[in-house]
Amino acid sequence: MMLRGGLRDGTAEDVVQDVMLAVWHKAGQFDPHRADAAGWIYGIARNRRIDMARRRPLAQPDEMPELESQEPDADQIIALQQEARHLAEALARLAPEQVEALRAAYFDDVPHSRISEMTGLPLGTIKSRIRLGLERLRHELKKIAP
Amino acid sequence: MTAIRHHIPDDMLDAYRAGTLPHAFGVVVAAHLSLCDQCRARHEAADMIGGAFLLGAEGANLRADARDRMMASLEAPAPKPPPRASGPFPSAVMNELGGRPPHWRMLGGGIRQQILTTDREGSLRLLYIPPGKAVPEHGHSGQELTLVLQGSFSDSAGAFHRGDVEVAHDEIDHQPVAGPGEPCICLAATDAPLRFRALIPRLLQPIFRI
Repeated sequence: MMLRGGLRDGTAEDVVQDVMLAVWHKAGQFDPHRADAAGWIYGIARNRRIDMARRRPLAQPDEMPELESQEPDADQIIALQQEARHLAEALARLAPEQVEALRAAYFDDVPHSRISEMTGLPLGTIKSRIRLGLERLRHELKKIAP
Repeated sequence: MTAIRHHIPDDMLDAYRAGTLPHAFGVVVAAHLSLCDQCRARHEAADMIGGAFLLGAEGANLRADARDRMMASLEAPAPKPPPRASGPFPSAVMNELGGRPPHWRMLGGGIRQQILTTDREGSLRLLYIPPGKAVPEHGHSGQELTLVLQGSFSDSAGAFHRGDVEVAHDEIDHQPVAGPGEPCICLAATDAPLRFRALIPRLLQPIFRI
């Protein structure tokens, strides 16, 4: 992910180290009722990568308040894990160019204008590919988990 | 509490997520995400898609000493968490305030402001408008993003309550008026100085930096 983000080998490694450390420090904040682990770690990694490139760290939203009951709700946790699995299955069913458009937008977090520069495709095409990809994803998700 | 009706546009949320938004605008987006469940869900759902790609991503090998360096760095204390939200101010705003309550500057007519940050990319300020008072009519040479933190205001685009954001573009002249009840406190980011219609406020512009 870091190498794809255009970081050089050594820098990418420093960010990876930094992300692992941040995951370690924030582990107490991870709430399996609200996020799947991969998405949560991805969010931390995204922020660390951004902060390496920015003069000032990216402003962050408030931590979510603790849930009222301290008892873990197994149903909710399993439902969320299932949702993450369905998402992966749905992604696997998309056409390659839609997967690539979504990967650029949601994994590489490249601005649409940059994707357009890199691929030589017009901005409108990129935007509609991402939109179609998302719609298709929604459609597949409905089929997997109606 | 009234439901939030005015949200961060998709393009702006994408730019925030990619880290390309100027700092002033990033703080407004982070503050809105703190107040708006709907946009927070959009934001975290996008991370979930990123996470799905992360699971499928090919790994790259780290240098041989990575493990030892990692274990050593675990000994270091955790970084200081950002200041907590306080009163109407989300954590991102408290961070800009240095963890202290605002230090208002009077602008006349009961209107107060505190400039939080200003640089070439844009400026960020808090505005305090007493109930029923109007902010002088102004146009924009750039983009302005305003988030209501307390009370409400309305202008030609509608009514804005806590958590609502207004995106004002070039050439829109508007005159926001604070609603009744609590004083209206707003967080406003601009990427260019405002232009006021009347001569007097324009004379004051360089002094008050609004």
